[in-house]
Amino acid sequence: MSSMVNLTIKDAREKLDRKEISSVELTKVFLENIKKHNESLNAFLAVTEDEALRNAASADERIANGESTPMLGIPVALKDLFQTKGIRTTAGSKVLENYIAQYDGTVVKKLKAAGAVLLGKTNLDAWAHGSSGENSDFGPTKNPYNTDFVPGGSSSGSPVAVASEMALAASGTDTGGSIRLPASFCNVVGLKPTYGRVSRYGVIAMASSLDSIGHFTKTVEDNAMYLQITAGHDKMDATTPHVEVPNYTKNINTGVKGLRIGVPKEYVIEGLDPKVKDMIEETLKWYEDEGAEIINISLPHTSYAIEVYYIIQTAEVSSNLARYTGIRYGKDRSYFSDEAKRRIMLGTYVLSAGYYDAFYKKAMQVRTLLKNDFEEAFKKIDVMITPASPTLPWKLGAKTDDPLAMYLSDIFTVHANLVGVPGLSVPVGIIDGLPVGMQILGPHFSEAKLFQVGYAYEKAHPIWKERPAL
Amino acid sequence: MKINIPHVAKLANLEIREDEELKFESQLSAVLTYIERLNEVDTKGINETSQVTGLENIMREDTTSPSLSQVEALSEAHQTHKGLFAVKGVFENE
Repeated sequence: MSSMVNLTIKDAREKLDRKEISSVELTKVFLENIKKHNESLNAFLAVTEDEALRNAASADERIANGESTPMLGIPVALKDLFQTKGIRTTAGSKVLENYIAQYDGTVVKKLKAAGAVLLGKTNLDAWAHGSSGENSDFGPTKNPYNTDFVPGGSSSGSPVAVASEMALAASGTDTGGSIRLPASFCNVVGLKPTYGRVSRYGVIAMASSLDSIGHFTKTVEDNAMYLQITAGHDKMDATTPHVEVPNYTKNINTGVKGLRIGVPKEYVIEGLDPKVKDMIEETLKWYEDEGAEIINISLPHTSYAIEVYYIIQTAEVSSNLARYTGIRYGKDRSYFSDEAKRRIMLGTYVLSAGYYDAFYKKAMQVRTLLKNDFEEAFKKIDVMITPASPTLPWKLGAKTDDPLAMYLSDIFTVHANLVGVPGLSVPVGIIDGLPVGMQILGPHFSEAKLFQVGYAYEKAHPIWKERPAL
Repeated sequence: MKINIPHVAKLANLEIREDEELKFESQLSAVLTYIERLNEVDTKGINETSQVTGLENIMREDTTSPSLSQVEALSEAHQTHKGLFAVKGVFENE
């Protein structure tokens, strides 16, 4: 069915509502693509075919009864950190290799209630620890644009599923860049919402003060439609505030005239690939031509963000992974692989007697300074634009023996998690056959603005239509 | 900066094989040396940030609500005993 190539949620919604296609037909197309491509890409750890077809049939009934909500009948995939009742949920780790989730997380419940169709669970770096997808205990996911290259991580399978037409959209988690980096590597749109905008209940925790739940889609508008379903207060997650959820698509097409875009000088670093730098500069030039104002800004403490992140994150990881004892569920701690062991030990170390003040307390203080930098900057600007990654995707295996080099891949993304602001990764081009994305950052709860800024560029540059040759 | 792997592994309840100790020691010491750079930053009088959106002390009514049944809660247990999780004794001779 060639008409299904480059199909967006928006297109599918229209076709479903006009009864041109049924959700069952649509679901079968994606299930067929999974059968064709998953063996070479390793994006899915589980495919829930029977349940998907059942849910699609029930979505078709709801559509026949005149119901039309954004995600009704839309086939989606979930990173395998989302607890899905009765379905194996592994976190990409052998520790949970046979674990059948005992309940649905809030996002899963919301998607089910909205009539979305769950196609399966996607691959990831075990426990979401990684930037490349290679730390999965079930084998690495491959980049569909060139299978010798990494797709980015830790949400590796979700963007690959969307890029290669194995799902219409997918959810992931972002603790230090795990949505924005892989989105940029796979030519899809990825949103890390404001901390607390989307409930984390029922999502296996990595670092609780940093974890955000977000989504991958082909287009910016699709991403807005998806967030409309998942955002909001949840009594099961005390970090979700009572902040109103706006209509995310209402003002998406209002352009960028008069918009103040900040460009932080600290993001021009030694390791920034000149080709990526040029492409982001061209992007900024386009915004300027459209009537936006480009303002050079400074975030003085940026260069310390990665240090702060690898203290706070590992400390919280060591605490969250302490519960895996093999008593109530899962296997015992000997099944953790190297990266989890490294982070548990590093986190244990920075929290241990004698080192707490020097590392953890210090990091929490510098976090305040990072937050102040952002608050100052947003007095003068509406959004910031930076590269999502300092480099293009790298070859599989290139960084696996050097954890520090891998950690530094997150250098442009960890900042947003530390200060809790939202970030949207939008495709801006393809270099040497590999995708490049920009990152748009805004103040807390400014997701609608980020969509508006990303939408303007995407409308003029539909890079997302350059699908990989599979 | 050097990290004592056997000590940290014990605190974290991880078993690290002797042949892995050297590898972890060199990898983690490299990361620690890198993050020590934070000492350059003057943080005198700066408060710590642990919550970024400004929420504090979220309270709720202490009421009961539907939850997992005992059977469901035990469905993934390694070992059960009369409807409870079975665990190893904490004290000696148990």
